[in-house]
Amino acid sequence: MRVRSLDDLKAIAQRALEKLCGRRIRIAVGLATCGIATGAEEVYSAFLKGIESLKRDILLTKVGCIGYCREEPIVNVVIPGKALLLLSRVRPEDASEILKNLIDGDVPREKIVCRVKEWDHLLEKIHYGDGFTDVSLYEDTPFFKHQRKIVLRNAGIINPEDIEEYIAVGGYRSLYKALTEMTPEMVIEEVKRSGLRGRGGAGFPTGLKWEITAKSESDERYIICNADEGDPGAYMNRNEMESDPHSLIEGMIIGGYAIGAKEGIIYVRAEYPLAISRLQIAIEQSRRYGLLGENIFGTDFSFDIRIVKGAGAFVCGEETAMIASIEGETGRPRPRPPFPAEKGLWGKPTNINNVETWCNIPVIVYKGGEWFSKIGTKNNTGTKVFSLVGEVQRVGLVEVPLGTSLKRIVYDIGNGCPDGLKVKAVQIGGPSGGCIPEGLLDIPVDYESLKEVGSIMGSGGMVVMSERTSMVETAAFFVSFTSEESCGKCAPCREGLKQMLNILNKILMGKGSPSDLELLKELSETIKTTSLCGLGQTAPNPVLTTIKYFKEEYEELIKRYD
Amino acid sequence: MVKLSKEKLDKVETILDRFPKGQSSLIGALHAIQLEIGYLPEEVQKLVAEKLEIPESTVYGVVTFYNFFRKEPVGKYIITACQGTACHVRGAGSVIEAFEKTLGIKVGHTTPDGKFTLDIARCFGACGLAPVVMVNNDIYGRMSPKKVEEVIAKYRD
Ligand SMILES: Cc1cc2nc3c(=O)[nH]c(=O)nc-3n(C[C@H](O)[C@H](O)[C@H](O)COP(=O)(O)O)c2cc1C
Ligand code: FES
Repeated sequence: MRVRSLDDLKAIAQRALEKLCGRRIRIAVGLATCGIATGAEEVYSAFLKGIESLKRDILLTKVGCIGYCREEPIVNVVIPGKALLLLSRVRPEDASEILKNLIDGDVPREKIVCRVKEWDHLLEKIHYGDGFTDVSLYEDTPFFKHQRKIVLRNAGIINPEDIEEYIAVGGYRSLYKALTEMTPEMVIEEVKRSGLRGRGGAGFPTGLKWEITAKSESDERYIICNADEGDPGAYMNRNEMESDPHSLIEGMIIGGYAIGAKEGIIYVRAEYPLAISRLQIAIEQSRRYGLLGENIFGTDFSFDIRIVKGAGAFVCGEETAMIASIEGETGRPRPRPPFPAEKGLWGKPTNINNVETWCNIPVIVYKGGEWFSKIGTKNNTGTKVFSLVGEVQRVGLVEVPLGTSLKRIVYDIGNGCPDGLKVKAVQIGGPSGGCIPEGLLDIPVDYESLKEVGSIMGSGGMVVMSERTSMVETAAFFVSFTSEESCGKCAPCREGLKQMLNILNKILMGKGSPSDLELLKELSETIKTTSLCGLGQTAPNPVLTTIKYFKEEYEELIKRYD
Repeated sequence: MVKLSKEKLDKVETILDRFPKGQSSLIGALHAIQLEIGYLPEEVQKLVAEKLEIPESTVYGVVTFYNFFRKEPVGKYIITACQGTACHVRGAGSVIEAFEKTLGIKVGHTTPDGKFTLDIARCFGACGLAPVVMVNNDIYGRMSPKKVEEVIAKYRD
C-alpha cells in the first residue's frame, strides 16, 4: 500500500502495534551478526519447531541487537499485559522449557537479565505492563543503567525486516513532518540548532555541512551515507543498519529534501553481508509503501536510494576516496579543496555523513533541535554509540550522552577487565586513535577532550587493554595496519609508515637504541604534517601516545640491548 | 596459466550483460563475477575490459587495489580469521596458529586437496565475540585454539 497521509501512517501503526504488544505471546530472537555467531539461528529454529508441535498461536519473530554482546544469544519475550523480559545465553535446548513456562504465564528465572515495563522509542512509547516484580528493572541493570538510547532507540526491540513495526514506533512521522510542515531551510536550521556533529570521526557540524552543500550552485546534488566502518574493533554502524535500517533511510530522505538531492547512496563495506541484505529489504519496502521514489507523501519531492558495496580498502572510508570508489576507480583520496560539498560525486555538490549521523536526524526533526541540544554537553550534544570490546567483562555496544567519563564506561558499564586483571589503557578511535592510560580515564568523552590527550573520537571503537598487553607491540600492530592500508599516493604516508614499522619491530626484537625514540617522534611529526589525507595525518597517533604514556615499556625493551 | 572452462566464461559474459558500459559499473561487476566463479583471473579481467569498454590496465589496477578481489583460485571453503584489534587482544594469534597447524598450511594458502583456504581479515564487526572466525558465510564467535578442530570438522564432509 502507498502511504499518502498521516492517517495512513497511523492506521499502519495501529495494526503493527498488535504485533509488538498485542494479544499473543511474542518471542523475539536477536538475529544480528553477533547473535548469529553464537547460534541464534539454531535457537530460532528450535522455537519454531516447539511452537509448531504445541499448535499454539505464538508470534515468533526476529529482532536486531540490544547491544549486550556478552549475553548473546539474547531473546526477548512478551506475555500480554506483562513486562518485556530480556533472556540471555539462550540455547536451542532451552526452547521447549521456555515455551512450556510461557504458556503458563511464566519464564525460567535463571535466564532473565531484566524486565522492561515501558520502552521509550522517543517518537512513541510502548507500555508493556507489570508483573515479574522480583526481576530487576532494565533501568537498574548495571550494563544499561548509564546508557541513553537515541540512535539505538529501536534496536533489539522491533523487527528490522518489517517496515510496519518501524512505523508502529513512530517511524516516518518525522519525514511527514519535514515534507509537509517545513521548508528545506527550516530542516537545516533545526539540525544546526541541535548542535549535532558528524559521528564518522571528525565531528564537523552537520547542519553547517548540509547548508554549504544546499547552497552550492548546481542543478544536481548527491548525498552519501558512509557505512564503510573500517576501524577494526568498531561495529556500531553494522548494528545500526542490521537492527534499524529504516532509521537510516528516513534520515537520508529528510537529508535529501533539506539539501536538494534526488539520489542517495549508501556505501557499505563488503564484509557486512547481513547489513546489506537488511538495507535492501528496507529500501524495497519503503519503495512499496511510497516512502521512497516519486512524489513522496503526495508532495512534489522525489528521492531514491541505492547501495554500493565496498571492496575491502580501509582508505575508502575517507570521503574523497569513497567518491572515487563509487565512480569505479581505485579508492585514492583526492586533494581538498575542492570539498565534496562543492565538487563531489560526478563533480556535483555532495554531502557525506556517517550512518550514525543520519540515524539521529528523524529524532531531531521530530523532537526539535532544542530538545537534542540539551543532551550531552554544550559543544558536544547528543549521544554516541561506542563498541566496548577487548579485555573488558561486559562487552557490547553502549550508547551514552557525550561528556560521560571514560571511567563510567569502562568500569560502571563494562565492569573492568576479566580474571581480576587491571586495566592498563583504553584504545579509542581505531588505528588512528590513541592509547589512553588508566590514570586519565576521568576525562569526559567528547571531541576536544580526546584530542587533548592525543587521541581522536574516531567512529567509536573502544578497546580495553589489560596489564598484560604490551604497548609497544600494540603500537606496532596499528602501524602495520595503517602501513598496509596506505593507498600509496603520497610518500610521507607510504614510506614513512614503513620506516616506523621497521623501527618498532627492531625495538620489539630487543635491538633498539635510545635514539630510535627520537627518530620515531620526528618521523611522526613529518607524517602528520605532510600526508595528503587523514589516514597519514593520524596514523602516528598510536605511536605518539604510547611513547608519551608508556615510555618505560620502550625503554625497558631498548635497555635489554645495551 | 589455468584456463577457465567455456561454461564459466559464458557465465561471466551473462553477468556482464547486466551492467551498463563504463567504469562506474566496474566494481559492481567484479563483485558479481567473483561471487559466481570465486576469483578474477587475467582472462576474466580481459573480458571485463572488453565488455565494459574500458582499458585493461584500469581493470587490473582496480582488482589489485581492493583487498576483496582475488586473482588466485581458492578452496571450497575459505576460512577467514579476524585479526582486528578486539580479536588481537583476545588471542586471535593463537587461533590462527592452531588453524595453520591443523590444516598444515600457512595463511594465504590452500590445502592440496583444494578444500580449505586460510585467510586473514581486518574485522567482521562481531568484536563483542572476539576472537572471531568466518568459514564462507558462517560466522563463529568466542573462538579458541581448542575449538579449531571442531569448526574444521563441520566442513570435512
Ligand atoms: C582513512 C580514513 C578512514 C575513514 N573511515 C571512515 C569510516 O569508516 N566511516 C566514516 O563514517 N567516516 C570515515 N572517515 C571520515 C570521512 O572522511 C568523513 O569525514 C565522514 O564520513 C563524514 O561524515 P560525518 O560528518 O557524519 O562524520 C574516514 C577518514 C579517513 C581519513
Ligand atoms: S576485531 Fe575481530 S571482529 Fe572486530
